[in-house]
Amino acid sequence: MSDVLFSLGMLTFGEFLQDLTNPLLSFLPKALVVAVMAAIICGVIGSYVVLRGMVFVGHAVAHSVFPGIALAFILQGSLVLGGMIAGVVTAVLVAVFSQNRRLKEDAVIGIFFVAAFALGIVIISTAPGYSGSLESFLFGSITGIPDSDIYVVAGAGFLLLGVAFLLHKEFVAVSLDREMARSAGLPILALDIVLYVMVSVAVVVSVQVIGNILVVALLVVPAATARLLTDRLGWMMFLSPTIGALCAFFGLYLSWAIDLPTGGTIVLLATAVFLLTWVLAPKHGLLGKWLASRSVDDNDDEPHLEDAAPPQTLRAGEDEPAATLR
Amino acid sequence: MTETTDTWNGRADTGPAVETSAEEAVHLSDGLQVEGLAVDLGGRPVLRGVDLSVAGGELVGLIGPNGAGKTTLIRSVLGLTPVREGHITVEGQANTRARRGIGYVPQRHEFAWDFPISVHDVVLSGRVGTIGWFRRAGVEDYRATREALDLADMTHLKDRPVGQLSGGQRQRVLVARALALRPQVLLLDEPFTGLDIPTQELLTDLFRDLASQGRALLMTTHDLAGAMHTFDRLYLINASVVASGRPGDLRDAEIWTRAFGFREDSPLLNALGVKDV
Repeated sequence: MSDVLFSLGMLTFGEFLQDLTNPLLSFLPKALVVAVMAAIICGVIGSYVVLRGMVFVGHAVAHSVFPGIALAFILQGSLVLGGMIAGVVTAVLVAVFSQNRRLKEDAVIGIFFVAAFALGIVIISTAPGYSGSLESFLFGSITGIPDSDIYVVAGAGFLLLGVAFLLHKEFVAVSLDREMARSAGLPILALDIVLYVMVSVAVVVSVQVIGNILVVALLVVPAATARLLTDRLGWMMFLSPTIGALCAFFGLYLSWAIDLPTGGTIVLLATAVFLLTWVLAPKHGLLGKWLASRSVDDNDDEPHLEDAAPPQTLRAGEDEPAATLR
Repeated sequence: MTETTDTWNGRADTGPAVETSAEEAVHLSDGLQVEGLAVDLGGRPVLRGVDLSVAGGELVGLIGPNGAGKTTLIRSVLGLTPVREGHITVEGQANTRARRGIGYVPQRHEFAWDFPISVHDVVLSGRVGTIGWFRRAGVEDYRATREALDLADMTHLKDRPVGQLSGGQRQRVLVARALALRPQVLLLDEPFTGLDIPTQELLTDLFRDLASQGRALLMTTHDLAGAMHTFDRLYLINASVVASGRPGDLRDAEIWTRAFGFREDSPLLNALGVKDV
């Protein structure tokens, strides 16, 4: 196995672990820690994003942090802090403007995120030699993460997960039915703003590694994958960060091993997991639906056949189902 | 008025949920009183001079054409729409104070049925406003949830994800969620829309039971023919109350043509059992 990898010019997993402890490559474990923490944060917050159908809001916030990061870059300030402020300002603007029923939320978002992104490009173009830093903003970079960012990301993570825990029942009630939540006396606008702010913080802490363009994937893909695997919100909010963290870890390994861009590799890996789940998920996947329809057919034809029989025989061989599907 | 009471007693005797011993103990809600309500939406007058009342034990229908202000009336009672004039009293208190004691059952399409959540947890979510900030549901909340599930006859489905429920079951979940607040006044916005007749009849039995236990129920509907034998009393509204009373008192075709703009030879008038007087 390792021979094959070596002949492909690819590092084995063992070599990757060695590199992680190599003091000359100290940026690597830092990138790994930040990527995994970012994936966990995005996995939890992303569950709300996916269930609320506010993926587009995630896009908007992701793009709107750009001017803040650009400004911080020029002023030599903290990129994370700059991005957070810009993201929060845009999030609040979107939340407030969408309360107007004449303008649908997507139109408001379309206006603000493009404007914010344009502002970011204008700001960063004033910096000399900006094209290199522009690329690392947009597509992420695993080198050059300062030590302080690890603490900022960890702190932001604890804060976000804490708020999510404390406001969970309110977020659920608003997601289920805004009218009912309003009649129960919940402050809908304030809760929306809090959620948007949480999304922007989650985005900002992930921008470093994944990049501005791809960061939405970390919010959406693990949560959507988890949704296919369960009908329980609690499980979904556990599975989503787990999937995200695994994708971040192995995505970083692959990108290091084959020398590919880190953000792109993590996102593609997560997408592959999503597609696989979409086909193979027990209840909501293609296979699960096909099995369900098949076991119904079997019951009609041969009532003495046990319900569980067909799925069991199929599960025995792991590669069988894909073959039968074709 | 005496007739209404008789009808109610007659129904209560045959009703399955009310036992004779419990019947004496039934606490009749003070219900809902709306006086001189006027509401504007976007500068346009939607409701004018609406007087309406629902007593405990009553199942009252609110009917009217599209845009007549049915939903606006319900939202006003809930305190969700600014009121221009008028008084709304719930359980003897101004509705702004008592609004957390009102059970609200919105239209089914308002609810995110694809959300990964069980029937039990949806019903529990009805208490979100009373549990309070940063707190988790307590024993009392779980007890109220269990009672509400029982009342709506959904206990056997409590662990089912809501996405897997039929239309009638979904309506019951929303009713149970409203009941989790133990309200004495229930407002239902078009619970019958999109449901077949047998399902509507089962739900009517449920609403009838809930009323006979002393609650006041106000419900909007588009099913006029059904309304004529479902409700104790009816309000026909079109910006203001066009007519109200027991279904038997609303046999004048002119009322219906005025409220709904039916033509005088509309076949619907026959279906309603309404004739020119």
